[in-house]
Amino acid sequence: MGRRPQPIARAGPGLAATGLVLGLTLLPLVAVALAAEAPGRLGPPDVAAIRFTLVQAAISAGVSCVLAIPVAQALARRRFFGRQALVTLMGAPFILPVIVAVFGILAVFGRAGIASDMLAAIGLPRLDIFGLSGVVLAHVFLNLPLAVRFLLAGWQRIPAERLRLAASLGFGPAEMRRHFHLPLLREVLPGTFAAIFLICTTSFAVALILGGGPRATTVELAIYQAFRFDFDLGRAALLGLTQVLICAVAGIAVLRFALPRDLGAGLDRVPPDWPGLGRAAGIADRAVIALAGAFLLIPILLVALRGVTEIVGLPASVWAAALRSILLALASTALAIALALSIAALPRELNGGAGIAAFLGIAVSPLVIGTGLFILLRPFASPEALALPVTGTVNAIVALPFILRGLGPALDAARATQGRLAEALGLSRWQTWRLAYLPRLARPLGFGAGLAAALSMGDLGVIALFSVSGNATLPLEMYRLMGSYRTEDAAGAALLLMALSLLLFWIFDAWGRRNDRA
Amino acid sequence: MRPLALASGLIALGAAAAAQDLPVLTIYTYDSFVPDWGPGPAIEANFEETCGCDLQWVAAGDGAALLSRLRLEGERTEADIVLGLDTSLTAAAKETGLFAPHGIDPSGLSLPVAWEDETFLPYDWGYFAFVHRTDLENVPGSFEELAASDVSIVIQDPRSSTPGLGLLMWVEAAYGDGADAIWQGLSDNIVTVTPGWSEAYDLFLSGEADMVLSYTTSPAYHLIAEEDDGFASAAFSEGHYLQVEVAGMVAGTDQPELAREFLEFMLTPGFQDVIPTTNWMYPAAGGELPDGFDTLTVPETALLFPADEAAGRREEAIATWAGALSR
Repeated sequence: MGRRPQPIARAGPGLAATGLVLGLTLLPLVAVALAAEAPGRLGPPDVAAIRFTLVQAAISAGVSCVLAIPVAQALARRRFFGRQALVTLMGAPFILPVIVAVFGILAVFGRAGIASDMLAAIGLPRLDIFGLSGVVLAHVFLNLPLAVRFLLAGWQRIPAERLRLAASLGFGPAEMRRHFHLPLLREVLPGTFAAIFLICTTSFAVALILGGGPRATTVELAIYQAFRFDFDLGRAALLGLTQVLICAVAGIAVLRFALPRDLGAGLDRVPPDWPGLGRAAGIADRAVIALAGAFLLIPILLVALRGVTEIVGLPASVWAAALRSILLALASTALAIALALSIAALPRELNGGAGIAAFLGIAVSPLVIGTGLFILLRPFASPEALALPVTGTVNAIVALPFILRGLGPALDAARATQGRLAEALGLSRWQTWRLAYLPRLARPLGFGAGLAAALSMGDLGVIALFSVSGNATLPLEMYRLMGSYRTEDAAGAALLLMALSLLLFWIFDAWGRRNDRA
Repeated sequence: MRPLALASGLIALGAAAAAQDLPVLTIYTYDSFVPDWGPGPAIEANFEETCGCDLQWVAAGDGAALLSRLRLEGERTEADIVLGLDTSLTAAAKETGLFAPHGIDPSGLSLPVAWEDETFLPYDWGYFAFVHRTDLENVPGSFEELAASDVSIVIQDPRSSTPGLGLLMWVEAAYGDGADAIWQGLSDNIVTVTPGWSEAYDLFLSGEADMVLSYTTSPAYHLIAEEDDGFASAAFSEGHYLQVEVAGMVAGTDQPELAREFLEFMLTPGFQDVIPTTNWMYPAAGGELPDGFDTLTVPETALLFPADEAAGRREEAIATWAGALSR
């Protein structure tokens, strides 16, 4: 008789995880505001910075999403040798340290880049990408991989049974679009857009270096200036609050526009070939994959080539920093996954709000978070001792929204199928997780853990604020090399950093896909 | 959370190894001072030979980050000495009231300008300059020539970088009210503006610009460390603005004698001789310069605002700069 459906998990851990995220993002903001000697005030330059930040972030996110559609579609529909390796490699730009990505972009599209060299060889003027176009180009380079992976994951969640049905009904391209593609886009794109939009709102180095000057002033630069040169904590806090508001608006918009998935349940069968494809579509898909691959991989290849001769002669401190960064990345990943699982398992009515809260980790300036945590924790411990734990924790918070975006839909799907079955069988909550859910979450968990590890590996994070003399991480060590004319060693360190990030990502992602059959 | 505990355990282990029963002198400095290839380790070894103490460097970002770190900590700071501010920051640093007079006779200094600051003591200095490859044709000899030419430059943002702020002061010192016109003239030469010195220098080395704002001493790095004589700096007829890097003693230090001893040591060969080929700046208290430094451009005129004036002009100069480059 009408037994209430068993809740998927206790809400306690999820609420605690959400509380931790809120605490780590909002408390520092409050701490900075309280430490201010005078209330902050935003001047006209700040308003201009907010406007530029929103415009470039919206364009960058829009272009990334639009371009991701054909790329993900082509990758989802095609099976070819090396496909999986290509998908992994094409994810690389997202996990690159920003400064490395900028130099990769410039090695192709800069004045002295290979694209300019080619134009110059046929008598055309060299490229000049500095300005809004450069900012958008770099942001698309960095974030297109994320959008592609999210869309691809959506395609892969379409149950094989549905595709068989479509094939047997003789669906053509138009029907496939109406019944599969458009609902999928409606499910995945709003959240993807919001995530990329928010990443771009805290852009600092990309916007400044490629923006070409003070026209391209972002909120993050204004915060930097407020902390460093003006020591105007009130203004920094107000700008940080602006970022929270932007995040809240974006998050609410996602909840309003995103359609919950309604692609039905399946039994994890091998998907058949995509129905309704003609020869023209095949050629188009190949062209799209080749173009996207070139756009995403050539800059990375150039970064690698620049560093490859230097990597052997790197100073010992760089190798020590690399080991430290790996340990830090693993710790950060464990924390991020624990937080993500707790939040994803929250009941539906809490899940949406917690998902928005998780976005705060990428929407609030790392400078505000770092400085606020410094103010909060300084009375209790020396910054030196806190540097690595705080950096690891903040890195975990930053990775959280990306893990959740993959995990949430997969868990919903698992609930819709195996959840019912488990309930019918009367499995305990633990058995349900172990037998029914976790095996189906392997793919998003592996992907999420890979992202978390790689992001933590490559991101400078807040470590520089916590003063480390002997305990530098690899990104910090790379910046130190750059700061002492050692550009070539820095290029070697950049390659090492890129290779380690990608390796960590690949290990986790491959673990998640170990049961894939396609 | 266990890996995190492990990570903090590793840190504690490192700290314990360094801790003996010697008095500890804590010096806050900028990031590029402390790595193995920076001046920090050699200076530490030289000072510890005689001081009977344990010198500990604490690296905190760049010069500006150093000051904001100190302001955040206020009187509870553990720093005994802060090393690495420059003259565009010293006025604000003095205003915090956290520094004590250095009490050292500055007559041994070899700066191109007189030094009268009683709180901060210089340890090195350099001339800001535009660095270029020697194969650049028609190297401009002034800001006006640069503005009229099609030579491309990359500079640093004065809102986030001390060299960027130095360039702003350079144009102010050379042109005063005419700074706005100079910046408007330069706007089509500027390829881009970077957050800090490192990114700008890297862009220049990758060929994105003909010249980069750096120091007259930069070519010495390429010559001495890389045996590459293909770099030079452009001599500007207006004169060159100075960057003077200073250290100060924290008033609330629990090691006042040790701190003063370090400041005195700072002007001796044990410190000064390390500077040219690690920090690639001129040492503030003379001494023999390494081979190669004699090839550098030496400007005829040195420009430098007093610290108060530099601080007073900053806000308006930034507004002028931003306005001219946004047009």
